Amino acid sequence: MMHINRSIKVVFFMSMAFLLAQQARAQFQGDSEAPTVSGNVGILWQSYNEDSLIGAVVPPAKSGYNAFANVNYSQGNFSAGIRYESYLNAIIGFPGRFNGSGLGYRFARYKDAEKGIDITIGNFYDQFGNGLVLRSYELRDLGIDNALDGFRLVLKPTSGIQLKLIYGKQRLDFQDGLINGPGIIRAADAEFDVNALVDKWQDKATKVKLSGSFVSKFQEGSPFSVDSLLLAMPENVAAWSGRLKAIRKKWTLDVEYAGKVNDPNADNGFTFRKGEAFMATLAYSQKGFGALVSAKMVDNMSFRSDRDLQLFDVPINFIPAITQQHTYNLAGTLYPYATVIAGETSASADLFYTIPKGSTLGGKYGTKLAVGFAAANSLDTTPYPEDEQASAVLGFERQSWGPGDELYVRDFNISASRKLNKKWKAKYTYFHFDFNTLTTPVTTDYKGIVNADIHVLETQVRVRPKQSLRTEFQGLWVGKDETNPNLLQDKGHWATVLAEYTWSPHWSVSVLDQYNYGNNIVAKRLHHVFGTVAYIDGPHRLSLGYGKRREGIFCIGGVCRATPASNGFEINFSSRF
Amino acid sequence: MTHSLPPLHQSKFLVHVFLLGLANSFATQSWSQNLPDLALKDMEGNTVQTLDLIQQDGPTVFCFWATWCSPCKRELNNYAEFYEEWVDETGVKIVAVSVDDQRSVNRVAPYVNSVGWDYDILLDPNREFSRAMNVNNVPHTFVVDRDGKVVWSHNNYADGDEYELQEELLKLSE
Repeated sequence: MMHINRSIKVVFFMSMAFLLAQQARAQFQGDSEAPTVSGNVGILWQSYNEDSLIGAVVPPAKSGYNAFANVNYSQGNFSAGIRYESYLNAIIGFPGRFNGSGLGYRFARYKDAEKGIDITIGNFYDQFGNGLVLRSYELRDLGIDNALDGFRLVLKPTSGIQLKLIYGKQRLDFQDGLINGPGIIRAADAEFDVNALVDKWQDKATKVKLSGSFVSKFQEGSPFSVDSLLLAMPENVAAWSGRLKAIRKKWTLDVEYAGKVNDPNADNGFTFRKGEAFMATLAYSQKGFGALVSAKMVDNMSFRSDRDLQLFDVPINFIPAITQQHTYNLAGTLYPYATVIAGETSASADLFYTIPKGSTLGGKYGTKLAVGFAAANSLDTTPYPEDEQASAVLGFERQSWGPGDELYVRDFNISASRKLNKKWKAKYTYFHFDFNTLTTPVTTDYKGIVNADIHVLETQVRVRPKQSLRTEFQGLWVGKDETNPNLLQDKGHWATVLAEYTWSPHWSVSVLDQYNYGNNIVAKRLHHVFGTVAYIDGPHRLSLGYGKRREGIFCIGGVCRATPASNGFEINFSSRF
Repeated sequence: MTHSLPPLHQSKFLVHVFLLGLANSFATQSWSQNLPDLALKDMEGNTVQTLDLIQQDGPTVFCFWATWCSPCKRELNNYAEFYEEWVDETGVKIVAVSVDDQRSVNRVAPYVNSVGWDYDILLDPNREFSRAMNVNNVPHTFVVDRDGKVVWSHNNYADGDEYELQEELLKLSE
């Protein structure tokens, strides 16, 4: 705790000094860069009722309350800010250990774009390249926050070069204030714009950027024994990456390779194999058409501030999932895929096309088409013979970067959307998933591959210029259970209906019903109805909700968290100033 | 895990810092936010300073969106129908700031080109810009005047919100 208090002090004194200096300057000179205060607020309150049918339980406090407020001060090149957070108690689905009220984030920053200098002390978020070796970020609605806490220096010594230096610890927990994980992170990143640096390249049509990162983590550790071997725990773990981005007219190529030294941790069963990752994306686009193909291979790249922790706790790096983040209720929340952290080989392809307006197929307003396919398999590995020491120390050996035998996911989707006339719009989407629930455990009801087909029809009608009704009709059908053909896979078939009426610019009312009509167990063929009324006024939004939320996976952007079932009221307020 | 609590007086200390900041702001009469000067990448990988995007001959609109956010895409697709007209009437420029992270950021350019948006596009994959603008969730739309001051903002999007935005733009171009 000491270091946190000390850095709070440092932030405080630096802020104080700057504020006084700026105040004095403003008074004497009549400041052209007036100071500003801005920020935002979010409050989420939920009450809980017992509902044994959907499995909703009432926590001892009977309600949950999460709140935060950011207050940022800025003047000219200087800025500073705090985030005050409250979890009294944390709403269910959040990390339950988040508790109490206090400061979760504080920083002071000086930035001079002309001189090419940017210094931050306290908390900050940053990302090197694709994030394969370093990414600190927050998804507040999911309780995910691995903010760095320390020092960051960004330098642009000349046009075309950017250097970053980072020293710090990472946010792990919140108990009346920020609690950092044990590891110390030291990191550096350099980006070079070849066209700006090499004279010959200045006017070339091909734009090339080269970058490299180095990240080292220190965490105390003691020797441990495996079988009859006494092994030293690596206390310093280094990771690095090299990146290339090349753009030529309508083409873009993005490649990153990353490596990591031996790092026994909970995710790899405390084995000593090195880690490797490779990502490449090739994209093409022109007006009306876009396409991209990606390949990603990840082997043993779990990298954390605490080697004993897993899941969302103190990740230093970020390994994005190969599949798209789907937003429709049934496609997005029942079988969302996340990268298998031990390793996977994956690829994806996407196509976007707009059939021009006025053509036979395109209609009066044009038709937007999108097709996506993503696949991930296990790595191509062979285990060492059990009696060899290598089995205990290294676990397995990888043969190639190609796919192994075990299927992790297949995700195919296609959609077409069209404005039919001045009032009506419609969109149809079809999804097919083959989803391995053993390697991505999104359900406890089925162990194996779920084959799901999903159809979604979305329509929207503008009833008046400022009023519209949007509806979604969704159905999810699964295959037969392989071990018992009389049963359906997992929870069986689902249907969802959503109706949303909006009255711009202030009001919105919606009702969502998720109906598990095809569950193998008749008693579980339940409706989960949730209604919401929201009032919006510019940047302020207040909503009141009531109903049942099924247990499931809640995703934002590319990240998902399991949430338990609940039944009750919800009040949500969000604002900025 | 055992953790000691941070002493209360230090939190109070910080509260005082911000009270001082607030007092300072009131003294110089500035509550509305200025656009922060940040360096972001565009779709070609070029670095763009946010302040360089502010127009002198009309308002600038910043729309925070993501490829996985349906209301965001509805908003920007609806604005696209009016965009030419708005540019003629008000001199507006729309900057669409994608908050797609590394999972989907490569889909931004193919999507944007396929639907034919004429907006400036910025990439904010680690949400530095949206954090500085105090965006809680997308879509979030800002109108910025010639001095870089945020004069209007709106969270969420419902069909018909474009009329309110249009009124704001007309007011600014008078």
